[in-house]
Amino acid sequence: MIVEALAFYMFAAVAVASGVLVVSVRNPVHSVLFLILAFFNAAGLFVLLGAEFLAMILVVVYVGAVAVLFLFVVMMLDIDFAALRSGFIRYLPIGAMVGLVLLFELALIVGAWITAPDAASAFGAPSPDAAKIANTHALGLVLYTKYAYLFQAAGMILLVAMVGAIVLTLRDREGVRRQNIGEQVARGKRNSVEVRKVRAGSGI
Amino acid sequence: MADFWNFYAWPTIIIVLQIVAIVVPLLVAVAYLTLAERKVIGAIQLRKGPNVVGWFGLLQPFADGLKLFLKETVVPSGANRGVFIIAPMATFVLSLVGWAVIPFDAGMVLADINVGVLYLFAISSLGVYGIVMAGWASNSRYAFLGALRSAAQMVSYEVSIGFVIITVLLCVGSLNLSQIVLAQQGMWFFIPLLPMFVVFFISGLAETNRSPFDLPEGESEIVAGYMVEYSSMVFALFFLGEYANMILMSAMTCVLFLGGWLPPFDIAPFNWIPGPIWFALKIAAVLFLFLWVRATMPRYRYDQLMRLGWKVFLPLSLIWVVLTAGVLVATGWAPVTNR
Amino acid sequence: MAFLDRGARTLFLWELLSGLALTFTYMFKPKVTLNYPYEKGPLSPRFRGEHVLRRYPSGEERCIACKLCEAVCPAQAITIEAEPRADGIRRTTRYDIDMTKCIYCGLCQEACPVDAIVEGPNFEFATETRAELIYTKEKLLANGDRWESEIARNLATDAPYR
Repeated sequence: MIVEALAFYMFAAVAVASGVLVVSVRNPVHSVLFLILAFFNAAGLFVLLGAEFLAMILVVVYVGAVAVLFLFVVMMLDIDFAALRSGFIRYLPIGAMVGLVLLFELALIVGAWITAPDAASAFGAPSPDAAKIANTHALGLVLYTKYAYLFQAAGMILLVAMVGAIVLTLRDREGVRRQNIGEQVARGKRNSVEVRKVRAGSGI
Repeated sequence: MADFWNFYAWPTIIIVLQIVAIVVPLLVAVAYLTLAERKVIGAIQLRKGPNVVGWFGLLQPFADGLKLFLKETVVPSGANRGVFIIAPMATFVLSLVGWAVIPFDAGMVLADINVGVLYLFAISSLGVYGIVMAGWASNSRYAFLGALRSAAQMVSYEVSIGFVIITVLLCVGSLNLSQIVLAQQGMWFFIPLLPMFVVFFISGLAETNRSPFDLPEGESEIVAGYMVEYSSMVFALFFLGEYANMILMSAMTCVLFLGGWLPPFDIAPFNWIPGPIWFALKIAAVLFLFLWVRATMPRYRYDQLMRLGWKVFLPLSLIWVVLTAGVLVATGWAPVTNR
Repeated sequence: MAFLDRGARTLFLWELLSGLALTFTYMFKPKVTLNYPYEKGPLSPRFRGEHVLRRYPSGEERCIACKLCEAVCPAQAITIEAEPRADGIRRTTRYDIDMTKCIYCGLCQEACPVDAIVEGPNFEFATETRAELIYTKEKLLANGDRWESEIARNLATDAPYR
């Protein structure tokens, strides 16, 4: 038990600390790297909860793909730190207000969850006994039955986002020569070389 | 005090010993993989390869290691020091931690977790960080180009690797690597899933930045890519990490497609040989394929690489996922397990 | 049919596999490696390597200090000073070759009327300092004594073609 508690405090402390560092370090690349560290520690917390499938998915999707693209973009951008910092004080009230609203909403949600009349029964209900069923299987059982429509809807939203990105960026420009690999591979002597008799002095 | 020993100290010591028992042979294997690479490529190019240090050059890897160890670690003045040092360590550590879930024999595995395949997939997708961090922290054009290439390449090929893994999982019904191996007792998966095996192997080449997909290094165009500013032991860590990743990818191929520790035929002369030896032999065979491909194929052009990943492998593996699922459901072969 | 043929070739990765098969057969061919420090390739009798100053069989040095080699040397690597010896015969007192300048063109040995300066078959004379590459007369004569048998054989082999 002690080991588990120690691991929890370690993951939690590092996650919170790296979360703070994400917004406070000056270098945006360091920011992204701390974000990755925060993701990792969140994955560690999931493992401690016995949700190893979610932990791995978090690492694969967020750390393995999303954060790579973040890093990719941030590395390539030439960000002017001074310009970014200059507006800090001016926008502080707005930022603080948004933060406060979010905090209030979170408090509302958590409060309602705790004070709700059927909260006590809901605590234990959704997760089946970990000893009987692996959590990958358990997740599949709810995701593809109870929440099948929501799952499909999430997929549709992602599809729309993808189509939107393609529509915004795909341009079909005229007069651009593109490589057609199939054509190149299929090209042989017969349709590319012609042997002609050339009479001296006359040319072709 | 007795509790402390029984519940904390002994398990820790045993786990550490197990880790050492995996890591030390692995590092020796890495050392000899470098020698094997030079020997095999030499043989294909009608050369002999290293044959002076020790018998048949058997001490060559250690001579190389000693050389790197004695050199000076240079950190460029414009480099981002912390990230520059962390990057090779990340590469090296990530190439080692994947071995925690690889089953060497029935029950012979450090951490027999339920989501072994996902863990391996996650670890292999993290490999890109060492390279990207190195490329960015070096503050050098060539290194940065290598890092950008590597980021795009590894993310692209992960997608098709993911789908290939899904086809295997459909046939097994479990994410546990030992279960995956045991499901291949009748027939190794590379026979029914041959196209996926080919896709997986080629994507594995791209994922480990091996020739013909070694664009992040591309020594003839961007000198050594992300490794250009590294020297001495930090370079050695990259080198070890890269080769350990190759071995890990081969082990993954063996577990998913070549029946892990299982003998090819479960009859007398074959099943006398213990499982770990079969496993090692299969890994060696896949590694030979890695080296053989390197000696045969020229490097891909970058746009061709992206085309292959997104326009050939991704649709192919998607179609195959649907096909496999359809066949499994239609014939009733779909595994029903509770794991 | 051509379409089918091409499609099948693409589908079964025929080009890749045939390439792999070719390289695999090369693995078992005899190797062309020369284990250099232990084995060496054949050298032509006209090979132009490290310089030597030769002697007559009597032990008398051949060089008569005519300075033709110094004059012909395109890299100006040779420096010669000469004085009459105690017995009144004109000989060099200094014969230096700067091997870092030398381009191994062989014009010195072509110019020499008495076959004294010759480029021998030795090509393994790397040194650790530049100073060691400034050859003096003593060094050149010592080289001549060391390589005399090979040089004499090379000159005899090449003589009919000159």
